[in-house]
Amino acid sequence: MRIDIRKTYKLYIGGAFPRSESGRTYEIKDAKSNFIANPAQASRKDLRDAVTAARGALGGWNGATAFNRSQILYRIAEMMEARSEEFVEEIALLEGVSKVAAKKQVEQAIDAWVWYSGWCDKISTVAGSTNPISGPFYNFTVPESVGVVGIFPAHKSALLGLVQAIAPVIAGGNTAVVVASQKFPLCAVTLSEVMATSDLPGGVVNILTGITSELAPWMGSHMDVDAIDATGLSKELEKEVRVTGADNLKRIHKFSTSDTPQRILAFMEYKTVWHPIGI
Amino acid sequence: MTFEYSPAPESTAIVDISAQYGLFINGKFVAAKGSKTFNTINPATEKVLAKIAYAHASDVDKAVISARNAYSKVWSKMAPQERGKYLFRIARIMQERAREFAVLETIDNGKPIRETRDIDVPLAAAHFFYHAGWADKLKYAGAGDNPRPHGVVGQIIPWNFPLLMLAWKVAPALATGNTVVLKPAETTPLTALLFAEVCQQAGLPAGVVNIVTGDGATGSALVNHPDVDKIAFTGSTGVGKGIARAIAGTGKSATLELGGKGANIVFDDSPIDQTVEGIVNGIFFNQGHVCCAGSRLLVQENVHDELIEKLKRRISQIRVGDPLDKNTDLGAINSAAQLARIKEISSSGDSEGAHRWSPECNLPEKGFWYPPTIFTGVTQANRIAQEEIFGPVLSVLTFRTPQEAIDKANNTPYGLSAGIWTEKGSRILWAAKQLKAGVIWANTFNKFDPASPFGGYKESGWGREGGRHGLSAYLKGGEK
Repeated sequence: MRIDIRKTYKLYIGGAFPRSESGRTYEIKDAKSNFIANPAQASRKDLRDAVTAARGALGGWNGATAFNRSQILYRIAEMMEARSEEFVEEIALLEGVSKVAAKKQVEQAIDAWVWYSGWCDKISTVAGSTNPISGPFYNFTVPESVGVVGIFPAHKSALLGLVQAIAPVIAGGNTAVVVASQKFPLCAVTLSEVMATSDLPGGVVNILTGITSELAPWMGSHMDVDAIDATGLSKELEKEVRVTGADNLKRIHKFSTSDTPQRILAFMEYKTVWHPIGI
Repeated sequence: MTFEYSPAPESTAIVDISAQYGLFINGKFVAAKGSKTFNTINPATEKVLAKIAYAHASDVDKAVISARNAYSKVWSKMAPQERGKYLFRIARIMQERAREFAVLETIDNGKPIRETRDIDVPLAAAHFFYHAGWADKLKYAGAGDNPRPHGVVGQIIPWNFPLLMLAWKVAPALATGNTVVLKPAETTPLTALLFAEVCQQAGLPAGVVNIVTGDGATGSALVNHPDVDKIAFTGSTGVGKGIARAIAGTGKSATLELGGKGANIVFDDSPIDQTVEGIVNGIFFNQGHVCCAGSRLLVQENVHDELIEKLKRRISQIRVGDPLDKNTDLGAINSAAQLARIKEISSSGDSEGAHRWSPECNLPEKGFWYPPTIFTGVTQANRIAQEEIFGPVLSVLTFRTPQEAIDKANNTPYGLSAGIWTEKGSRILWAAKQLKAGVIWANTFNKFDPASPFGGYKESGWGREGGRHGLSAYLKGGEK
């Protein structure tokens, strides 16, 4: 009988897969309390490294053409499709749902990437405007990325909520630091392996596994994080993050719906440009 | 060269200021609960204009109850087109009484009549007219298929554009079906109270607009009132952060228009005379009491000396003095406290090694005045390059390459406005893309319009005001 090769679940920072600098891991069990894995328990230092990587990747990602970003999001869907078996097994194991239900979730997640891929080069058209000024000026408004976004994805599901949070953030040209669901971290690590092979530049998405209540306050107070998706935070942690996030007026949003352009626009800023008209 | 101008004073006969004003709650002027009042003065003469009722938390509570009743019983049930008609009426009455508003604003605020008459008041009326037409078109506002108002909105506005900021706040709130409790600034309540009269003349249902006068504690009572659904605030970044903390965990949403330290970038190919006019308008408009003022001038090194010489010549022609004189360019500083702040930050420019220059000008003996001032030789670390002075004080820095200009421009926690002066189109669009600011003026500065979204990146605030993008901030499911 052959002993199978298990995977080491590591962090994803700046395109690399380090363990936590703290040397810590925590135990993940399946729905029947059997041991599955020891993913990394990220520290404040890991979070800070991830923010540095995200800030470093921002110019390139934000400066890439929308068509280029669109193709890379589509490439993520392609790579996920190829590895869907692995996601199905992880979801079934973690959530304790049937393989059929798990497969449906994976398909929804892949389709979400395809949907957001299409938005990359359309969101400016839909949300931007030219504005009729009372005077001889040309005036237009365009949405731009807000910057580095911290993400606490919804954790009702092991995969879908994660994709529904990351895809709109990077579709809008932002870079992300994701704190994976504490309970369901494995799909996040596998997703990072997909991203690493999808032409997504290192640092655009960084994924940490660990204890949410330990990492959330550091995300809230980090002065180089511009915005936070607080969907997966408890009321108490959300409040704490909003209070400390006020220090640099982070844009903090919590979502009850997914797959709407509002999720992209929540992490975009409108810029309005004026120029005189004359001869 | 000097130009002599004969006095051309605007008559004040058109305004009728009462000795004392109450709060405007549920369609009527009512006394505040306590007998406490505060004075509003004319900053150009220091004469007391009127006693103003001071709203305590219990008065704010009454105003919120009135707004809630009006929301649930009248305003939210009204057909959108009818709601819009009230806004059209308000816009028309403001136009009819425009001169009265302009004179009153100049007396209470200290800004020149030329600006209140030509900018503040016409723009305020235009804001109501613009938003009136949105009232029955909200499904096109970008807030989804089922846009809904928040309910009761608490609005707190500053003293630099008292009536215009009222219009920026009240018009979109009413158009989207919200009712409001507005707190004007402590030093400039009079045009808001005149606006209350306009609401009465327009027959606006009682309680749709409520106005509570007071100070920071009044504003705080409004922010913390449990039955207020949304806060809209224009003011300092410090107070804005306090509001963000106060509403954390309450579910209230907020729009914040905060401070700025706008960079005005002059490239060496810019049309120099036009640029000089733009720089002057960028920093001396409204005595520099402008959150989006072009208060940091970034000049390409090879044109610095020529530009500064021309700029000084132009600044020497600025007429400082009686705000009611139609020739006046630079009026009074709004308050003694603001004058002290301007003096304090500016003196740090001297002590940190920048070179101060002001033209010779005779400032009136009474009132609060500060001459137009520029500092050259400013470095990025200087306080006058980092902190908002909110006065007629320009800090001049230099750069060599376009990238250096962008890096310096973006080197502040603020991100409200920026200016670009160059004849090269591709450079304008390149710079506009690099600048972290919500409003970019290219070959112009300090232009405003109801159809144009306004608001900042980073610590300059949350959300936009004006245009479709500002409107949707007053709708649930809307853009933030």
